[in-house]
Amino acid sequence: MSGVLVVMEQQDGVWHRMSWEALAAGQQLGKELGVPVFAAVLGQGIEKLGAELAAKNLSKVHVVEHALLKQYTPDGFTAALEQLIKAHTPGYVLFPHTYTVRDFAPKLAARFGRTLISDVISFHQDAGSPVFVRQMFQGKLNADFRPQGEGAVFASIQAGAFRAEKLEAGTAPVETFSPQMEAAQIRTKPHQAFREAARAVDLTAAEIIVSVGRGIKEKDNIHVVEELAQALGAELAASRPICDNGWLPMERQVGSSGQTVSPKVYMAVGISGAIQHLVGMKGSKTIVAINKDANAPIFEVADYGIVGDLFEVVPALVEAVKKAKSS
Amino acid sequence: MKIVVAIKQVPVRDSQLRVDAGAHWIQEDDLSFEINEPDAYALEEALQLKEKHGGEVVALCAGPARAASTIREALAKGADRAIHVEDENLRQLDTLGIAHLLAGALKSEKPDLILTGLQSDDLGYGQTGVVLAELLGVPHSTIIMQVEVDGAGIRVKRELENGFFQHIEIPLPAVLTIQSGINKLRYATLMGIKKAKSKEIRRVMVGELGAAPQATAVLERVYLPQKSKQTQIFEGDAKTVAAQLVEKLKFEVRVI
Repeated sequence: MSGVLVVMEQQDGVWHRMSWEALAAGQQLGKELGVPVFAAVLGQGIEKLGAELAAKNLSKVHVVEHALLKQYTPDGFTAALEQLIKAHTPGYVLFPHTYTVRDFAPKLAARFGRTLISDVISFHQDAGSPVFVRQMFQGKLNADFRPQGEGAVFASIQAGAFRAEKLEAGTAPVETFSPQMEAAQIRTKPHQAFREAARAVDLTAAEIIVSVGRGIKEKDNIHVVEELAQALGAELAASRPICDNGWLPMERQVGSSGQTVSPKVYMAVGISGAIQHLVGMKGSKTIVAINKDANAPIFEVADYGIVGDLFEVVPALVEAVKKAKSS
Repeated sequence: MKIVVAIKQVPVRDSQLRVDAGAHWIQEDDLSFEINEPDAYALEEALQLKEKHGGEVVALCAGPARAASTIREALAKGADRAIHVEDENLRQLDTLGIAHLLAGALKSEKPDLILTGLQSDDLGYGQTGVVLAELLGVPHSTIIMQVEVDGAGIRVKRELENGFFQHIEIPLPAVLTIQSGINKLRYATLMGIKKAKSKEIRRVMVGELGAAPQATAVLERVYLPQKSKQTQIFEGDAKTVAAQLVEKLKFEVRVI
């Protein structure tokens, strides 16, 4: 068929929101290349999801149904998609860059002799072929990657890089695809997903968040940012390394493995701004960054920035906030 | 249990990076290098599994000659021996090529378990472990937060999104990619550093491993990201910048 195939993600009949962003990326790539766009969704009993996809501007929707696809396994998803791709030979296969996709898409691409171009933030046409842009060094640098050689190009799309609102509506035929699979092919046995404990802290409701990262250096320094949070009436949050070290509880973590927040003000203190953190907070209305490294990626999303030593800046800020509140 | 840990050497975190003259990579001359952080957690997990269940830990590293220092450190921390796939031009390969070399170097090893970090801090492709599993024909799981040996197999805790986790049972041999923070990293002891000097490092040349597949995604150009937002940077001493920021928060953002 050539064209662009977008592999959507769902769980228990609920779409992963990043699927729509990947689909928007697929529509854009299809338009730029002048080729048809297809979507696929995998699972069992997912006709309803197929019908939803049919209302988008697509050439066809593939509903890939099998009892062994009810619960995600890398072996099952790879086997099913390998058959779909061999049957329809798309030129490009796009995925949302989710935890699940990270688990199976590299394996699928390797089966076709390709390397997945992962975590893509944009693409453009150059000399008649698409060039994919991805971040390196935790977002400090960007890099252009050009696909080479024969066969489908596999790429995953970073959260927030394309806008689901830009999706074009339409009508598309739905086709069911039944892969040939046997239980013996699936070597891993997954159990139900669970949460460690009910979340006591709901950061998503906070108007102001003061968030702390590696720059705080040690646990005994946490009080420095705690005082700022208190002065502002803000919730205290953290980047992953702080919670990994047990300096703040896991439930205060913002980022891809923690909570996704969009407060009025997000103040990032000593946070460099790795991609995994940015996806959890870049929707904030106003972002303030305090960091000693002027090249830290956090400044790319910040509205206000202070380049300096947080141990000097934050106490001064606490004083200034207190003064402003009392005047 | 025989455990292989695939580790990578990357520039030290917080290095000031500069793009090289050809805009193909970064200037490496004035950089220091260290073990990729998630790989350090993979190594620690391997050492703890060995302490609990016995066996051997083998560090496996594809990298240029300078990677020897990172390999030595892994040996000093407790790895029993190491394999260094040494080549100065590995950057011409992509994940598929690197995984091909790693798989080739493991041909005679037959490990029960292969651990590696979930991604590298430099390229950040996040897929070497998964592709290695595919090339070796063994099962895998990613972003692992806990590993328990369970009879002939293992039971792992995989991190999902939004604070969820999942247990998965996997037969051995298998490949796992380890999440940072799964354990507490140890330091090399003086005794460990001394012992490391006599531990075996098997050097494997790329030519011995059969032609690696050509890169299917070629890194054409490296550059500083374009800013998507206008950032207002406040300048001056701490007191001045604090006052400027508070004024904005009070009169424009209106949260004070």
